[in-house]
Amino acid sequence: MIVAERKPFAEIQSLVAGRKRVLLLGCGTCVTVCMAGGEKEVGILAAELRMARQLAGEPIETVEDTVQRQCEWEYLDAVADKILAADTVLSLACAIGVQAIAERFPKVRVVPALNTSFLGLPTEHGVWKERCQACGNCLLGKTGGICPVARCSKSLMNGPCGGSQGGKCEVNPDIDCGWQLIYDRLSALGELDTLLEIEPPRDWRTSRDGGPRKIVREDLRQ
Amino acid sequence: MNEKPDSAFEPRIVAFTCQYCAYAAADLAGTLHRSYPASLRIVRLPCSGKLDALHVLKAFEEGADGVCLMACSEANCHHIDGSRRARQRIRYLQALLKEIGIEPERLAVITATSAMDGGLPQAAAEMTEQVRKLGPSPLAAQRIPSTPKNRFFA
Amino acid sequence: MKSGSNLERILTAGYFAATGELGPPKSADAQVIRRKAQILKGYVDAVNITDNQTAVVRMSSIASGALLIQEGLEPIIQMTCRDRNRIAIQSDLLGAYALGMRNLLCLSGDHQTFGNHPGAKNVYDIDSIQLLQIVRGMRDEKKFQCGEAMDVEPRFFLGAAANPFADPFDFRPLRLAKKAKAGADFVQTQLIYNVDKFREYMKRVRDLGLHEKVYILAGVGPIKSPAMARYMQTKVAGMDVPDWVVQRMEKAPKEERKKEGIRICAEIIQQVREIPGVAGVHIMSVEWEEAIPEVLELAGLLPRPNLGN
Repeated sequence: MIVAERKPFAEIQSLVAGRKRVLLLGCGTCVTVCMAGGEKEVGILAAELRMARQLAGEPIETVEDTVQRQCEWEYLDAVADKILAADTVLSLACAIGVQAIAERFPKVRVVPALNTSFLGLPTEHGVWKERCQACGNCLLGKTGGICPVARCSKSLMNGPCGGSQGGKCEVNPDIDCGWQLIYDRLSALGELDTLLEIEPPRDWRTSRDGGPRKIVREDLRQ
Repeated sequence: MNEKPDSAFEPRIVAFTCQYCAYAAADLAGTLHRSYPASLRIVRLPCSGKLDALHVLKAFEEGADGVCLMACSEANCHHIDGSRRARQRIRYLQALLKEIGIEPERLAVITATSAMDGGLPQAAAEMTEQVRKLGPSPLAAQRIPSTPKNRFFA
Repeated sequence: MKSGSNLERILTAGYFAATGELGPPKSADAQVIRRKAQILKGYVDAVNITDNQTAVVRMSSIASGALLIQEGLEPIIQMTCRDRNRIAIQSDLLGAYALGMRNLLCLSGDHQTFGNHPGAKNVYDIDSIQLLQIVRGMRDEKKFQCGEAMDVEPRFFLGAAANPFADPFDFRPLRLAKKAKAGADFVQTQLIYNVDKFREYMKRVRDLGLHEKVYILAGVGPIKSPAMARYMQTKVAGMDVPDWVVQRMEKAPKEERKKEGIRICAEIIQQVREIPGVAGVHIMSVEWEEAIPEVLELAGLLPRPNLGN
């Protein structure tokens, strides 16, 4: 899922500084699962803001709500009255949700409570790790299901580099060497020969390097 | 926050208490006629692990001067993991309190077992003293009016 | 002849090659290059110039190479994939050849988190193996990576790095095979202190017939102090420094330490020289270039063959 984490409280305070009526809007999908912006986190942040502002002598009015997903306008439309009544919407969704609100309600001031970090999964309760870079041209079929773009710090296509030691990346001992993992997996599958082929230079146009992307399904357009 | 502690000030403390060791200890203390600080409000939980961050924040928002969690020791939790998780949550909340501008010492964990009858009232009294020294909660003086969560005031 | 460089001619003629290394300055001071050039002149067949090594900004390898040529030495320029995309790389290499450079080492490059600009954007458009393919294509097919033709092609003698001590150990000889297949003419290995492990690696390399496809230069380097030995043993990924090295450095009296470091290096050179398939040595001596002539003298590798122009 999309993995995000709450911004430092001081930064959030500065984003709503001087604002008196703030809607804290949570999202029920990715950020709920990574415990950054769901209903509970909305409740906690709202309480924190009210108390901190009270102590500062500038009380704030908050309204709390959470929608199924903020990245689809139909869910936002359902809470349009609250969005429009606020002088700032503090969105606890990922950056897509924040932008969806801004696009759908161009006159509304919306600010992010989270930093959207990466696409990943929880490896244990409370720990999330990056797995995908959304490069637009998935090569997992060739690498035993392990992504060299996301999991190799250098995104090598013909790794590992000389800094791989003990299965760890030279950048940080917490990071597994993606290519060691690929090597182990392909060994286990009996497909090590794949690694003897030279992978040619990648066409990065399918990735962010080609500019902002879009997908169109003509069969679905109204 | 920097007011001179008032010796007549009786801290209002909410004590979230797990129903096993801690509640039993409280009960036993009562049976033995040992007293608790008068302003300790006990909220009984099925397990300390059921403590929600929102409960603690609400207590402070409503004007509590201190909050404590009375829980079994980690090794003795009837639900195995509850006490450990609750303590993790308390540490997290102490950091949140600091962010807000409230002294994290207003939130504490008291470990109880039904075996140590003298301990619980004693520990509760110590916590009360600690909070008394800190003075009334900075929020207590200006109690936040209860806002309906789903709409702004007109 | 692929490039006609001195290094290529020495290796092709069958001599045991000796290359050195020079670190460019963290400044715009050309004098540093000129001074270091004078230390190495006449003692090595060619000189590596690092390319923002460990992601610390230094004078570029190609610019330093141009200065080295002015001083009468032959550079081996290094090109990493960390900082430049394929457009900049091909462009820089056209210029490097035009300026007289003939040897090129293709590297992936240390990650920028090691350096003094850790917040920089990560390029890695291509990796070292793809880079070898691209430069070989420019040289042998006179084509850019996109397939377009050029009329005057850069003819580099192509090198790559090999690390016998990184993991997975079993894969390393196979990775060398990939580099050979991609176009490597020679390789320089990571610093060798564990000669036994290197011997084991070379055996596998010979089994694959790679010693006949690429010239393998064994990486060696004099150690300055026990602290340096310990640092390399514990803090550098991909390096294998056995305890005996650290112990010898520690036992040597303080005034003798540098001499001991040079001695150990010369001994290792003599040992690797006996391993079949090793075509030369590459001496790395960071910020202690003065040690290189001493090491070569002690190892009996001087004078260097003079093949003329």
